Parts: sequence; C-alpha cells; structure tokens
Amino acid sequence: MMAGVGGGNDFQWCFSQVKGATDEDVAEADIISTVEFNYSGELLATGDKGGRVVIFQREQESKNRPLSRGEYNVYSTFQSHEPEFDYLKSLEIEEKINKIRWLPQQNAAHFLLSTNDKTIKLWKISERDKRAEGYNLKDEDGRLRDPFRITSLRVPVLMPMDLMVEASPRRIFANAHTYHINSISVNSDYETYLSADDLRINLWHLEITDRSFNIVDIKPANMEELTEVITAAECHPHQCNVFVYSSSKGTIRLCDMRAGALCDRHSKFFEEPEDPSSRSFFSEIISSISDVKFSHSGRYMMTRDYLSVKVWDLNMENRPVETYQVHEYLRSKLCSLYENDCIFDKFECCWNGSDSAIMTGSYNNFFRMFDRNTRRDITLEASRENSKPRAMLKPRKVCTGGKRKKDEISVDSLDFNKKILHTAWHPKENVIAVAATNNLYIFQDKLN
Amino acid sequence: MINTMECAVDAQSLISISLRKIHNSRTQRGGIKLHKNLLVSYVLRNARQVYMNEKYAEIYRMQQYEEVMTVCNEIQELNPLDLMEDCEEQTGDCCGSASESASLCGALLPVSHQVPPVQHIQPSSACSVPMALQNEEVCKAPDPSFYRSCCAEAYPVSNCDFSPVNNMHCNKTTVLDLDTHVVTTVENGYLHQDCCASLQQCCQGAQSPAKKRKLDFGYYVSEIEEVPDFTPCKRAKFEDSSYVCTEHLDTSNISNLISIFGSGFTGLVSRQADLEQALNGQFCSKQALASLGAWTRAIVAF
Repeated sequence: MMAGVGGGNDFQWCFSQVKGATDEDVAEADIISTVEFNYSGELLATGDKGGRVVIFQREQESKNRPLSRGEYNVYSTFQSHEPEFDYLKSLEIEEKINKIRWLPQQNAAHFLLSTNDKTIKLWKISERDKRAEGYNLKDEDGRLRDPFRITSLRVPVLMPMDLMVEASPRRIFANAHTYHINSISVNSDYETYLSADDLRINLWHLEITDRSFNIVDIKPANMEELTEVITAAECHPHQCNVFVYSSSKGTIRLCDMRAGALCDRHSKFFEEPEDPSSRSFFSEIISSISDVKFSHSGRYMMTRDYLSVKVWDLNMENRPVETYQVHEYLRSKLCSLYENDCIFDKFECCWNGSDSAIMTGSYNNFFRMFDRNTRRDITLEASRENSKPRAMLKPRKVCTGGKRKKDEISVDSLDFNKKILHTAWHPKENVIAVAATNNLYIFQDKLN
Repeated sequence: MINTMECAVDAQSLISISLRKIHNSRTQRGGIKLHKNLLVSYVLRNARQVYMNEKYAEIYRMQQYEEVMTVCNEIQELNPLDLMEDCEEQTGDCCGSASESASLCGALLPVSHQVPPVQHIQPSSACSVPMALQNEEVCKAPDPSFYRSCCAEAYPVSNCDFSPVNNMHCNKTTVLDLDTHVVTTVENGYLHQDCCASLQQCCQGAQSPAKKRKLDFGYYVSEIEEVPDFTPCKRAKFEDSSYVCTEHLDTSNISNLISIFGSGFTGLVSRQADLEQALNGQFCSKQALASLGAWTRAIVAF
C-alpha cells in the first residue's frame, strides 16, 4: 500500500528530472511516441518519431541523500527503425516507434521489443566492461599477425574498459501485418507475444521470425462493410491463454486461446450501453478506445477513450465498475477538436504498482491521476517552469465556466499542441515518467 | 488554441471538413490510416443523416404547402362558403414551421407508420411517408438545438446501412485489397439505370429546393478544388442542371472520393425525392437512405 504520511493515499509529487531539448522549435523526429519502464523499474525506455530508442538507467541510491531517489541517466541510444518504402503499394512506412515492451530479465542482458507500423524487432542491450587483451593471432588494433612470426603463445586476459552498452537486433519479425501495428504485448509465458494491427492479431514465438499465428481477424469479406477496427491489445499478466483487444466502437473482447486456434469468437464481451441523450456527430469518435491495460493483479482492466478512463472488472461485462472523467469540459468543444484533429489523439493510461491509482494525460501538458480508493483526483502539469529540483507540483484546475479563480486556467486558454499521450508508472515505487512532446519528465513522490 | 467562438455544428460544414480530411489522408506520410478514416466516415454519415433530414423537411414543407393550397382550392371550388374557414383554421395551427405545412396534411396523412391512403394526390404524397415518421423533428425551428435533437434520435437506418440488401447505389467504387492486391470495381446497381429515366420525367416539385442546395454545395466544392485533378470534372457536373450521372465520371477519378461526393451528393438528394414520387410512396425511406450508405463506405474501402 503506497500510503503517504498525512492521510490516506495522498501523493506529493515532486519534480525530479527532465530530459530533452529546451528549444521552442520541436523537431518532429524528437517527439516521444512511447514510454515504458522495465519489470524492475531500473530501466526506462522511450521511443520517438525518428525511430530512435533511448534507454535511461537509474543510478544506485546514494547514502548521502536518502530522500532523493536515484536519478535516471542515459544508458543506451540506438536507431531501432528506419523509414522504408513499400514499392508494391507505393506506401511509405514511418519509422515512428509505436510501442516498446520489455522482456523480463533472464540474464545479464536486457531485451526489449520495439515496433513501428509494420515491423517488430527484438533488441538485446548488453554491457561490456571488459575487453580481452593479448590475442595470439591479432594485434591490439586488430590487425592479423603473421602466424609464422609467432614464437610463443599466451592466454588472453580480460582487462577492464570503459563501460560500453551495446544494442543489437536479435530478431526481426517482419511482413506479418498488412495494416498498421498498434500494439505488442509479451505473454506471461515469456516465450510468446502478440502483435495487433487494425484488423488482425498475430501470435509470435520470440525465437521464430519467419512465421506467426493469426489469432484474430476481423477483416470483413467486403471492406465496404467495415464498421470497426482493433485499437489495442494486451496479454493477461498471469494467464498466458487470455488476452483482450479493444475496438474503435468502444468495446473490449476477451479471448481464450484454449478455445480454438482462431479467436474470432470472444469469451467475454465488454460494452457499456451508450447514453442516447449524449449522442452527437462525434459519438463514434469519442467512444473509440485508445488504450487498454490490465491491472497488475489481473483482476481488472482499464480502458481509455477520448474523454474518460474506465476500470472494468473482468467478471462483469455489461458496464465498467469505475468511470473517471479526464476532461469533460472538452465535450462542448468537440467540433473544434475535430477540425484541428485533436479528437483523434490517442491517449494512453497506466496503473501504479499496487493498482490503487491510475494515471492518464490531457492537454496543456496536464496529466491526471485518480486514486481508486479515495476517489480523489488531481491534475498536474509537466512544464519547465516547475522544474526546480524536488519542487512540489501544484495541483492545476481548469475553469469550466463562470468566474475564473486565481491560478485556474480557462478552457479556451488550453494549449492543444501540448498534449501528454504517453505516461508510465514505476512498477514498484511512486516514480512516474511523463512524455510531453519532445521532453521526458520524471516525477517522484516526496514521501517515498 | 481553440477559438472562443465554437464552430457552428452545421451538417454541411462538417461534411466538407470530413471530405477534406479524407482527401488529405491520402497524401499523409505512412499511408492511409484506416482507423482515422473510419471515424471520419462516421462523422460524415451522421452529418449526412442530419442533412438529409433537413432536406426532406424542407421538401416536405414545400409539398405540404402546395398540397394545402391545392386542396383548399379544390374545396373552395366545391363549397366556397363552408370550407374556407376550415381551411384557414387548419393552416393556422400548423406545427410551427415557417411555411404553411398545415396539419390539414396531417389529417390527410395520419402520423403513423402506415402508408397513407391518399395515393391519388400525386406526386407529393410519396415523400410524405417518411416525413410522417419524422413529423416532430420536421416542425422544429432550425436552430442549433434542432441539430442536437436530430442527432439525439436513434438513427433509423443504421441497420440498413450495413445490410446485404444494399446493392442499390448509384456509384462505382474501386477497391484495392491490400492483402491480395486485387482491384475490384463495384458496378452501379439497378437504381442507377432506373433513376436515370424516371428523373428525366419527374424533375419537378423537389427541384427548386434541391437546386438551391446544389449551388450552396458548389461553393464548398470550389474550395476543395485547389487540388488540380478535380477541376475539369467537377465544374462540368455543376453546370449540368439536371441530376448528375456518375457514370460520366472518369474512371481515374473513381477513387477520388471528393469527386464522388461532390457530384453524387446533391444529385442524390434530388434523385431521391423524385424516385419516391415515381414509386408512389411505397418506397421505404429506410431503403432509400440505405442506398446512400454504400458511397459513404467507399471511403474505407482500402
């Protein structure tokens, strides 16, 4: 239980670090497109629109400053995906990293999966801090020695060297998706993983790259009858036969792979009936689910649509158990948000380690946290102005009408170019990573 | 930043915005985004339904007025003294719309789901069937709440849109299957052939409001015409005063969705009203609107 001193689950979030350029001009390639902690929380990976992956590692805690948790510093940077061109279909394939998922650590090296629209890659990140010296057949600079000149043999010795972190692509899983990949999820068996595009979900074995099993296919025989697409998919955290996928119609299907090779027929179907009084031109858009995440316990799952976050009990299909409004004040602005394309933004959501709190992003670099037990919510801002070390974040409030109080911001003053789509919560501690366009903010709970 | 002035939630502007988005998506990096275009097509469908409701309401009001006047004149001829008062009363308490679509018509055509018995009153009664169903909505004043209420009702045709009966569409759509790389062309259905003939004959009545709309839509279309390959084809369409036959569209423009909408949309509006006249009011409104569904879905045929 992440209890803080001073009552219940109140967190007191403080600024810790910010990574990224400070320029006003944001390079498109630097825009962060995914953020993910590894299983221990020691590593934090980000992917960007330029196809690069940056991994941060947490420094060991210092005894001198017990209140300050270890900082995250750059551990490895590599180019994961490059832009490609599909000549057959005359399509350019973006190098943007859509998702990164870590594999659980099984040896000294770290493994992660990264994907763009079409290709998934398994990367091995390993450290090298020793170098063998004293080879017989080659010089120190690598040149081959003439074997006839060798008069004596020696055993190479491992000598320490500056730490070098190498990233190498170990597997490339390509050519399995006709449509754009939106999700990847590692299975709890640590041997398989799934990848989902708009219409299909494939199951892979981590060792096998030349084939995958198609387990869901919602492509209609006549594309003119298409009514929904797959928007996200995730494996159950404990049951390796169970996975869920969400749709653009606001529904979630839970499938059991034991039922059949093809999981077109769901085992459970989660849908909340639409409120007819709130129907508008944009009802379909705002009900489209942009993210689905299982709780760590595996008992619940959370979905994010444009205006709200919903928590579902896997045992109850007809409605969510909890609904949290993220930015309901935008409901009257949907037409403008449609015009400027913001209504299509895909926000993600995440659980904390104990499943007692959830977090998601909004506009104006605001992000929202909801405490499931106390039902309290808070709005915080990721900005350079609040970037003094260990400075406590002040709660923000959006004024929805009437007289604007001091420190409140009116809906019309919100900056819709500053959107927080990707957030991540440390699996064990109260440390959060928030991606604000091209900057990565790290906040920590003061009391932990 | 969002403007302080909320943009007008107007069906027509949403349609043009949506079409522009679909067009722009074809040139975006990374290829066409199926999900986004599907969502845009939903907005398009919703806006179209509101627009069609408005159109029908307008046509209905026009025809109601004509009918009232016709009947009143007939009645006057029969018994000018007795029935003039009745007529005025009835026209007086119409259901609130500006034109005199009186409840006299409501008396003639019961506000129910039955086909009206007054089929001998040609040609306007045909349109009255669907209008009777939506009598309440029709009579509301055209302010923003009208749109909301229109949107609030469950769309009666949502089932039909995706029914297999839907072969009756007037457009040719070209579909490239990304998996098999097969190109298929969905040909015009019978509706196309028939409506060509019937429309030549019965292009009265609903013509004037439709024409007015055509000009309005032409304004929107001309905005989109920055893109070079539209221009010659589109202008020709709008100079044609009768309905637009999509068969004349250059096949290279078939996949050009804006040209499909630009020519087919208002053309379809006038076509629809006339078709209903031709079929004596027995043409189900559901099927009528459903036939328009196919060209909407052409957007997502990737």
